[in-house]
Amino acid sequence: MGEARGGCCPPMYLFRSEPMQLVQLIVPIESAHLTASYLGDVGLLQFKDLNVEKSPFQRTYAAQIKKCGEMARKLRFFKEQMLKAGFCSKKSTAQVDINLDDLEVKLGELEAELVEINANGEKLQRAYNELVEYKLVLEKAGEFFHTALSSATEQQREYESSRTHEESLDTPLLLDQEMSTDSSKQVKLGFITGLVPQEKSMAFERIIFRATRGNVFIRQVVVEDPVTDPVTGEKIEKNVFVVFYSGERAKNKILKICEAFGANRYPFGEDLGKQAQMITEVSGRLSELKATIDIGLLQRNNLLQTIGDHFEQWDTLARKEKSIYHTLNMLSLDVTKKCLVGEGWSPVFATKQIQDALQRAAFDSNSQVGAIFQVLQTKELPPTYFRTNKFTSPFQEIVDAYGVAKYQEANPTVYTIVTFPFLFAVMFGDWGHGLCLLFATLFLIARERRYSSQKLGDIMEMMFSGRYCILMMALFSIYTGLIYNEFFSVPFKLFGPSAYACRDLSCIDATTVGLIKVLPTYPLGVDPAWHGSRSELPFLNSLKMKMSILLGVAQMNLGIILSYCNAKFFRNRLNVWFQFVPQMIFLNSLFGYLSILILAKWCTGSQADLYHIMIYMFLSPTDDLGENQLFAGQKTVQLVLLLLALVAVPWMLLPKPFLLKKQHQDRLRGHSYTLLQDTEDDTFQLGSNHDSHGHEEFEFGEVFVHQLIHTIEFVLGSVSNTASYLRLWALSDMPSHLPHHGDPPG
Amino acid sequence: MYGFEALTFNIHAGYLEAIVRGHRAGLLTAADYNNLCQCETLDDIKMHLSATEYGPYLQNEPSPLHTTTIVEKCTLKLVDDYKHMLCQATEPLSTFLEYITYGHMIDNVVLIVTGTLHERDVQELLEKCHPLGMFDSIATLAVAQNMRELYRLVLVDTPLAPYFSECITSEDLDDMNIEIMRNTLYKAYLEDFYRFCQKLGGATAEIMSDLLSFEADRRAVNISINSIGTELTRDDRKKLYSNFGLFYPYGHEELAVCEDIDQVRGVMEKYPPYQSIFSKLSYGESQMLDKAFYEEEVKRLCLAFEQQFHYGVFFAYMRLREQEIRNLMWISECVAQNQKSRVHDSVVFIF
Repeated sequence: MGEARGGCCPPMYLFRSEPMQLVQLIVPIESAHLTASYLGDVGLLQFKDLNVEKSPFQRTYAAQIKKCGEMARKLRFFKEQMLKAGFCSKKSTAQVDINLDDLEVKLGELEAELVEINANGEKLQRAYNELVEYKLVLEKAGEFFHTALSSATEQQREYESSRTHEESLDTPLLLDQEMSTDSSKQVKLGFITGLVPQEKSMAFERIIFRATRGNVFIRQVVVEDPVTDPVTGEKIEKNVFVVFYSGERAKNKILKICEAFGANRYPFGEDLGKQAQMITEVSGRLSELKATIDIGLLQRNNLLQTIGDHFEQWDTLARKEKSIYHTLNMLSLDVTKKCLVGEGWSPVFATKQIQDALQRAAFDSNSQVGAIFQVLQTKELPPTYFRTNKFTSPFQEIVDAYGVAKYQEANPTVYTIVTFPFLFAVMFGDWGHGLCLLFATLFLIARERRYSSQKLGDIMEMMFSGRYCILMMALFSIYTGLIYNEFFSVPFKLFGPSAYACRDLSCIDATTVGLIKVLPTYPLGVDPAWHGSRSELPFLNSLKMKMSILLGVAQMNLGIILSYCNAKFFRNRLNVWFQFVPQMIFLNSLFGYLSILILAKWCTGSQADLYHIMIYMFLSPTDDLGENQLFAGQKTVQLVLLLLALVAVPWMLLPKPFLLKKQHQDRLRGHSYTLLQDTEDDTFQLGSNHDSHGHEEFEFGEVFVHQLIHTIEFVLGSVSNTASYLRLWALSDMPSHLPHHGDPPG
Repeated sequence: MYGFEALTFNIHAGYLEAIVRGHRAGLLTAADYNNLCQCETLDDIKMHLSATEYGPYLQNEPSPLHTTTIVEKCTLKLVDDYKHMLCQATEPLSTFLEYITYGHMIDNVVLIVTGTLHERDVQELLEKCHPLGMFDSIATLAVAQNMRELYRLVLVDTPLAPYFSECITSEDLDDMNIEIMRNTLYKAYLEDFYRFCQKLGGATAEIMSDLLSFEADRRAVNISINSIGTELTRDDRKKLYSNFGLFYPYGHEELAVCEDIDQVRGVMEKYPPYQSIFSKLSYGESQMLDKAFYEEEVKRLCLAFEQQFHYGVFFAYMRLREQEIRNLMWISECVAQNQKSRVHDSVVFIF
């Protein structure tokens, strides 16, 4: 049917989705990989999964996918390492042909090397960090011992001097005894020094205090700069601590607590001279280690550099291989295990390209037999495929966001190309803003080639992909802006002077009595004289509101007409007579009539109140219209229209489900001998098929409820949609009145 | 204010309820388990899990996998979920969420104390602890020699401190003591949690009282079965039962005097909700009891999701995820040890 239609008229691929075919491929196993790769480049074949019931690891190429996953893991590892080292992978254009197996080996080697270097580096780093900590302990604790010693001697001196004086309150009571105990009985105080993370230091101190019942002396000194922890390798704030204790049991407890808190202990000599010696020793070893670490880092950086040069390619290759094997997993293995059988959907026009790709694959893989390509007959509903170009694709995406059309249904995208930007412009309407938008989008379009090849940010990406849509929006905005006569909310006298002028030179009564018309009507758009006048708002509101309703009714009619196109295309007379016709009648007898009234009011300049007419058309259709009459016989017309609308609702609701039921019963009765006709009349089958949910099962209740919902939706929808179109007015009103928000209403 | 929580619930907890229901949708289904049970190697399991929510947690694991790695990573996912929820939670939901972890804390304390008693390495023990039940000074538990020290040194800083009031003795720690301590703590914890939920009121109280009662009853049954033939006296045994639940108070009297498992069964069968648990088991069989309890619990937890505007979903999600991790552990162990015939023994399907 695609060809039949394509023959008579120019290709109208935008109006309907592409004709599709179900194709079967039989690919020899040796050329399968290359075939999948080439078909992937063509990108016009959608494989059906023939192994749905198999779990991922039972499929033919599960092992290869695992391999690719493993490679991807290694590549992620490299990337992480490169990021840590501050390298960014360069895009190398040189295509190096590398086999998947070679790549796997290579990646494995590189990983092993990198891991080894890292391990060595870590070991060295750990030793280095330990030494740094040790040095800190030596310095800080040394400082502490030093001050303690000097204060102690001072105290001693003070004590000696105070012995002669009277005892002051400050002197500790036990001091006497303490000092007088002779040195032989003195308990030897042990001490432990080390570093503890600052955030745990309080809890550490508390626990030690509790565990030893307070029989300890703890000193902590804050280390100013964060220290790299030797175990975790992270930079954390630490405290140097010194704990004095007495007794072996206390020591064991404290050691355990240190371990529990991750506090690193370091030996510390009591002797001052020894301390200084240790510090110099540690410093010496530090500088030695530093040099070794630097060499290791250099080596590591070199390795990462070489990885970085190829990273992008390898990554692409690994991803590509993985998706190739995923595709191949959707193919089923032939019983002879010599070839793969695949089924997929492709657009009819792509047949040549696909066959070409198959041939190339067979040739390039030196396969003895070529792949077999054949078209299958099917009654399945094919997927929808729209050919788009860079201009239509944003619009297609907008339409798809609301719902993808069924196979070969009319594609609303064609109309959306105009209606979407136009309705936007009705709201945006300002040619100053429109020009800004135009320049912005022209900039994007001018740099199209450069931007399309590079990765943009989130928002920028969206702007860029919708650039042609925005272009249309800008053009329409300029147009509507001219109609509204707004340039950044300021009117311009572009098309000659205003048609209105003051009654006299003084212009005193301009705001009270009004202006008089002196020139012919302003040629395009709103007369600038309206701006700032007392009646500006009511005038523009009335204009835009009515315009919105006209646009809305026109668009809703377009939608219904599209449903007619579909019914006609699928030769579904049921939908024409019991859906399209009553819908048209319902919509137009209510809102179509309103549109006509609006036009009539504009043309005749009548003062009739349209709200009143519409409301009383329902409330009391037989009453006299009085001053609101627009034309002779209006009452009769309204009565007829109202009746038509009332009739249209059951017309939409009732006949279709019953007729579908009858159709279904007929088909069941004649099922055995209509087989021949079925194959002949494929389109009819397709069309009626998806309306009655497949002809094997027919649930009357379901169909009826479906129709009921559909009808209610349409009736309520046509009312609420008309109201929604008033948003066009509401939003178009907003920007023009924002600037003079402070003005008095008038 | 029963029935009115819908008015204000979403102000604070609406976002988190949405999150937790999203997480629940990520739980493995029966189809997933069927596929997992067919796996030949641990790599197959990893491959299958890579398509689930565990994917990002397992993808960077190099190939020779171990069961412990899988379990560890899956637990990490649970912990991440929990932490995310806890960060977003406001009072009283945050307290509720914290209550969920206390059970793990008790288990961890017991693990460390028992481990130290048997002179295991503290670091090794710490690795075995459930990450949800960690607290700052947990490693210091190794220092303590008896209950009093345990409390005074370490636990006084933790939320478990109030639960200790009943078990401070100066006796040295031994296996029996520790087990009694665990159950006394659990009892106090469950009662406290129950009171807290009752205080919250509304659907939370209703649903959580059902779930916690089940938990308390299960513990009562387990205590009864495990204490058969030990030196634990009847009064001591009765002291370990939580003071709420279906068995409270009359069932407790009967459970306390049970001498063998069939007597326990007799007690349970008097309570209609628990009849179905034993109906699947033959007389004298106790190994399958755990599984039967787990199945019953999963059923109840799933029901918690049927109602909206209550905190029970958070508890239910955490428990279901834990059950799922137990399932994964069992499946992985079976696959790793080539015991695939026993896979179905202990797997509890969640959906």
